[in-house]
Amino acid sequence: MKRVYPDKEYCIGCHLCELACITAHSKSKDLILAYREERGKDGLSACKKVFEKGDTCVAISCRHCDEPSCVAACISGGLYKDPETGRTVYDRNKCVGCWSCLMACPYGAIKRHPIESKIVKCDLCEGREEGPACVAACPNAALKFEER
Amino acid sequence: MLFQPINKNYHEFCIERDSDLCINCKVCVRQCSYEAHFWDEARQKVMHDNTKCIGCHRCEALCPTAALNIVNKPSDFRTNKLWRPVFLQNIYKQADTGGVLLAGMGSPVDIPVYWDHILLDASQVTNPSIDPLREPMELKTFLGAKPRKLDIVTDKKTGKPKLKTKLTPQLELDVPIMFAAMSFGAINFNLHRAMARAATETGTYYNTGEGGLHKSLYKYGANTIVQVASGRFGVHRDYLQAGAGIEIKVGQGAKPGIGGHLPGEKINDKVSETRMVPIGSDAISPAPHHDIYSIEDLLQLIYALKEASEYKAPVSVKIAAVHNVAAIASGIARAGADIITIDGMRGGTGAAPAMIRDNVGIPIELALAQVDQRLRDEGIRNNVSVVAAGGIRCSGDVIKAIALGADAVYIGTATLIAVGCTICGRCYTGKCPWGIATNDPKLSKRQNPDIAAKKLANLIRAWGHEIEEMLGGMGLNSIESLRGNRDKLRGVGISDTELDILGIKHAGR
Repeated sequence: MKRVYPDKEYCIGCHLCELACITAHSKSKDLILAYREERGKDGLSACKKVFEKGDTCVAISCRHCDEPSCVAACISGGLYKDPETGRTVYDRNKCVGCWSCLMACPYGAIKRHPIESKIVKCDLCEGREEGPACVAACPNAALKFEER
Repeated sequence: MLFQPINKNYHEFCIERDSDLCINCKVCVRQCSYEAHFWDEARQKVMHDNTKCIGCHRCEALCPTAALNIVNKPSDFRTNKLWRPVFLQNIYKQADTGGVLLAGMGSPVDIPVYWDHILLDASQVTNPSIDPLREPMELKTFLGAKPRKLDIVTDKKTGKPKLKTKLTPQLELDVPIMFAAMSFGAINFNLHRAMARAATETGTYYNTGEGGLHKSLYKYGANTIVQVASGRFGVHRDYLQAGAGIEIKVGQGAKPGIGGHLPGEKINDKVSETRMVPIGSDAISPAPHHDIYSIEDLLQLIYALKEASEYKAPVSVKIAAVHNVAAIASGIARAGADIITIDGMRGGTGAAPAMIRDNVGIPIELALAQVDQRLRDEGIRNNVSVVAAGGIRCSGDVIKAIALGADAVYIGTATLIAVGCTICGRCYTGKCPWGIATNDPKLSKRQNPDIAAKKLANLIRAWGHEIEEMLGGMGLNSIESLRGNRDKLRGVGISDTELDILGIKHAGR
């Protein structure tokens, strides 16, 4: 399956991927409204995070692992593997906010929702025809959406 | 407002931030290598310090809401044609520091650009133009000494003609455009790799500059011209044999008569390994080659390099365009060089004393026309190829240079612009915000060689197409037919003396 692969060699730490993610997952689909309004009001937050240490930075989001630790750890069935697409899917209605997945994920790619007892996780911009918004926004091609 | 010393107050740029658009996302803070943008904890918003802005426009380009606009500082000195603001600013700076003013990139001074005063001919009724989309167009160029005549013999067995004359080694170019000498050190490894890849892809050459060649780039050797400059950094047998051509750098257009200085901060482990100098030490290339004090000395070096490369690579000599350049070029040709590169005063540089850059040398157009004419007059034009460099901005400049007598051109500044350079002129600080003139690991990452190589190859291809179009418009189907064909050029708005030096007629004649 196609996944988003970050390249730490060329990640420049601009965080534009996070902004693109927020916009793609907002109601308004408008960066300014999403960042100023929806972030505070609805707790809208990016499914990915740019980690930085010294000169190195890398944008991490869900790897959609073949055998995901988060799915194994999920006690409510809120996380599961879609057999057709191969994606690790999150069902928000089933999530009970136990944070087991957070602890299980070896990549630190799952975040707490800032307001609700839910998680925030990459869905590869499901339904977005052009593919993940973060990949399109990366100015240095440090994110690639491809089959490997 | 508290007291500001005048040199700080008269900064060049202002950052305009549209508060309706700015979302305080801090992208500008992360992108500015000069720390002009910063997060203000007390105000809980992104703020900026105009005095630190160098006008690179990186923040403007990366701002996701287009909230930023970099403008020249509106406040100006009283208008004075003699004491222009730049002179005042320079004096303020020097009165503070007591130092030589440094500048990066080519000279911005108002010296006539003759390219803009030269126009090309076009075919009309009797000599029809050629459609390059339907007819084959030849941009293939060979650089190197050409024999005066060719002897051809017929093979007795097969009856086929065969070339008897032994040709000297040539550089074969698919387009008459090469990437100019920019050293690994002055620009970073990512870009060096990108240039190597783009040159290989487009069938042309890039020049290592004087910093040596990193071992991992030896595989691009067939498209590499290796440079030997006065510092001899990174020069050894394998290096000389790795390239397809060798260039002796005597002068550089941006700073004729001046050596190079790569500050120690730019010498990291990779640069140190390639240049063969210790990490962190300044790499100083003196202005003169200390083994060249005459044409005879130059001849010795040319043949030493030919020996070292087993006579497989043509040797070029690069000089800055200066007074009497034609006589100098004649001497170089007679010293056995296969290629002469002439770098005009608008050529770029990483760092040069501003006074040298802006006051020394001559425009490439005049130098090129004179060199070509002198070599023709002396009957030795075939002994050398002439490469023009220094301020070639577009394919129109390329084709005019070729019609004036160049075999090919080098593009340096245009190469950097293709990968994002905005000519902010602060290359010497090592903090290039576009990740070009820097070896800072965090900044050089901004140049992804995949993207850069693609952009550079695109540029060469685009110019190639335009050259084909212009050639077709003149009714020519090969660049060879245009070389030194000054009848295809006309001057506008220039004096008789200038026309005479350029060797072209005025428009209307």
